[in-house]
Amino acid sequence: MTSIRLSRDVLLTLALIALVFLVYLRFPDFAAPQSLLDVFNDTSILIILALGQMAVVLTRCIDLSMASNLALVGMCTAMLNSAVPSIPIPLLVLLAILLGALLGSINGLLVWKLDIPPIVVTLGTLTIFRGLIFLLSDGQWVNAHEMSPAFKALPRYSLLGVAVLSWAALLCVVCMYILLTRTPAGRAFYAVGGNPDAAVYTGINVGRTRFNAFVLSGALSGIAGYFWVSRYAVAYVDIAAGFELDVVAACVIGGISIAGGIGSVAGAVLGALFLGVIKNALPVINISPFWQQAISGSAIIVAVIFNARSERRAGRIILKQAEKH
Amino acid sequence: MPISANHSNPPILSLNGIVKDFPGVRALSEVSIDLFAGEVTALVGENGAGKSTMVKVLTGIYQPDAGQIKLNGSPVKLATPNDAARAGITAIHQETVLFDELSVAENIYIGHAPRTRTGLIDWNTMNANASQLLERIGASIDPTTVLKDLGIASKHLVAISRALSIDASVVIMDEPTAALSHKEIEELYQLVEQLKSDGKAILFISHKFDEIFRIADRYTVFRDGELVGNGLIENSNAAELVQLMVGRSLESVYPQRTGELGETILRVDGYSHPTEFDDISFTLNRGEVLGLYGLVGAGRSECMQAIFGITRPSKGNLFIDGKQITPKSPADAIAQGLVYVPEDRGKQGAITDLSIVSNIALPSLNTTSNKGFVRMAREYALARQYTARLELKAAALDQHVGELSGGNQQKVVIAKWLATQPEVIILDEPTKGVDIGSKAAVHAFMRELASQGLAIIMVSSEIPEIIGMSDRIIVMREGRQVAEFNQQQASPENLVRAAAGIEETSVA
Repeated sequence: MTSIRLSRDVLLTLALIALVFLVYLRFPDFAAPQSLLDVFNDTSILIILALGQMAVVLTRCIDLSMASNLALVGMCTAMLNSAVPSIPIPLLVLLAILLGALLGSINGLLVWKLDIPPIVVTLGTLTIFRGLIFLLSDGQWVNAHEMSPAFKALPRYSLLGVAVLSWAALLCVVCMYILLTRTPAGRAFYAVGGNPDAAVYTGINVGRTRFNAFVLSGALSGIAGYFWVSRYAVAYVDIAAGFELDVVAACVIGGISIAGGIGSVAGAVLGALFLGVIKNALPVINISPFWQQAISGSAIIVAVIFNARSERRAGRIILKQAEKH
Repeated sequence: MPISANHSNPPILSLNGIVKDFPGVRALSEVSIDLFAGEVTALVGENGAGKSTMVKVLTGIYQPDAGQIKLNGSPVKLATPNDAARAGITAIHQETVLFDELSVAENIYIGHAPRTRTGLIDWNTMNANASQLLERIGASIDPTTVLKDLGIASKHLVAISRALSIDASVVIMDEPTAALSHKEIEELYQLVEQLKSDGKAILFISHKFDEIFRIADRYTVFRDGELVGNGLIENSNAAELVQLMVGRSLESVYPQRTGELGETILRVDGYSHPTEFDDISFTLNRGEVLGLYGLVGAGRSECMQAIFGITRPSKGNLFIDGKQITPKSPADAIAQGLVYVPEDRGKQGAITDLSIVSNIALPSLNTTSNKGFVRMAREYALARQYTARLELKAAALDQHVGELSGGNQQKVVIAKWLATQPEVIILDEPTKGVDIGSKAAVHAFMRELASQGLAIIMVSSEIPEIIGMSDRIIVMREGRQVAEFNQQQASPENLVRAAAGIEETSVA
């Protein structure tokens, strides 16, 4: 759309290619097609979550409860599968999405109806959802042998040489792109975050729109919950603990403005991939995990500095000759 | 009081006995207004008379506390902006309520975008329709441009296009010509004529009498939230409307200057900014009130913010007491005895969750603290001194500022800056949103400060205030300084002409 936004996505793509190239110099196998597909597959869950977080951040909110939501839905699907293995997996995935959306709607309602700041609401539900997992599972693990083979096989099942988990992420990307660019509900996210006052004048219900964004991020957390548990074939209280910060980081690196109203699907995907490449590449070139964290952290700050510079107040355009035509 | 003009047709939209209260203020007090198909009704009144509140009631943003709205004879409830749009009421709002990050076409169609058969937004049709609409009002703007790349006037044209994109029977225009050039205003008049012949009812809000007498069929005058007169334009004249609108003569309300002007304290020389203002130069003497007039968005506040060091000028110098000092930050400006009281009290002025004392003492922490610790007694002494001078009405000094009325909040903000003992004070719209009684108090106080040798720059959009209070008036338009008047030369007509860029000969 705008030249600035386009160039930011292009720049991020170039940075990603440069990163892969640097690793390639030390470890050529990393850039092999199958290896890159594996990195994508490994980043799929982060991509799905980043898309949901983006919807929320676009409306000038934040969802810190995504990882807890993921863990709670993951635990529920794992327990349901081990208790009633006959439930077909597609139905189980659907239930995961619905449960995630339900948990997201709690955040949404608190933000909409009670007007509580989103950071406070989701900080609360982050803890509540974790607590619920403990109450449900009694602190017990659901292990691989308790899960049905079909439950564990779906994410790995290969379609045209690409794992179902990757396809799921791609499907989410496409749906999200259509939602954000081609539907009134999606455009409302931009309007609400960009200028809430003007959104009211336009007839957009600001609270309702934020609610929608939280339901969406909840549903995506739900899908991610099933895939996380089935892929790693284990469910316990602390899965994905702290992962919400990686999700926010992916969004920030992807140029999604924390102040709302600015961001693209491409940005969210690139931001997630950037973190995914760092996480997967640094071990193969023997860089300590502590350096990984430092490098990820630096990437966030560099991204924010870059975004802040491009968004810096240029001043109102009052003088006639300053207007672009 | 309402004068019912002879009319065979019933009104399309009829409002009766509308009341709207805000904490401490009655914004609308049993006002009534009728809008007829194919006619333009001018709504006239000073700032704060309740015109914009009326627009918000009509567009479903505010709910009236009492009164009835009838559309084509049957009562309707406009509970949300969508209800109003469905009822066929559309508005061009005074503030440009648009989205900077979205494209022009999307700004026009958001909320009712054209869809493809599958229900998705049809961007091609949307851009094409937007192009047509913009063309119809004579604007040459590419609909795919991102809004933030447009200037104020173009944004206004986008706002007008947005209102026209809704198929409405009632069109409200809240000061639609405020930011437009002469040529664009002519095109807007033609558009209004066209809408009239299409049978639409138009509510036209304006300060400009030449405009009202040119295009309106009827008038309604509000003063301080009350209906004070209405009727047919052909039976009225400008003098009568001014009389109704102001309801008092200027001399009796505004305190006159008593002391003599002192020496020059502030000199601004060629201040410029890449996009906001260009080549602003003036001087200010001790004891003087300099008025800065212009239409909303003329760059007045932006220029004052640069003088105060919030933004940096790209060119130009500033001299205080003959020394060249170009403030690099507000702290810098305050240290030089230059303070700025912003327009938006809520966002930039008072910290509403802090007490009166804390607010007043905030910029003076250096003088009230000792060895890094705040001395409460000194803070209270300071607050007592300045609130007494301003006749602030509050239960106690530790009351939160948020609990005070608008006028008293403004006094706290002014007190806070006075406590720093400045030599130059810039007041941006000092009485905006302040009730009539407090207004007079603020005006009297400004005069008293000036007579004590303080130099004041007052930014104001209210013509009576600017003429009544200023010793000298500078007019800005589109970021430029276009005229200067002394107290004898200043009249509402020549201020408006200068601000709107209307040639002497082209005005009837």
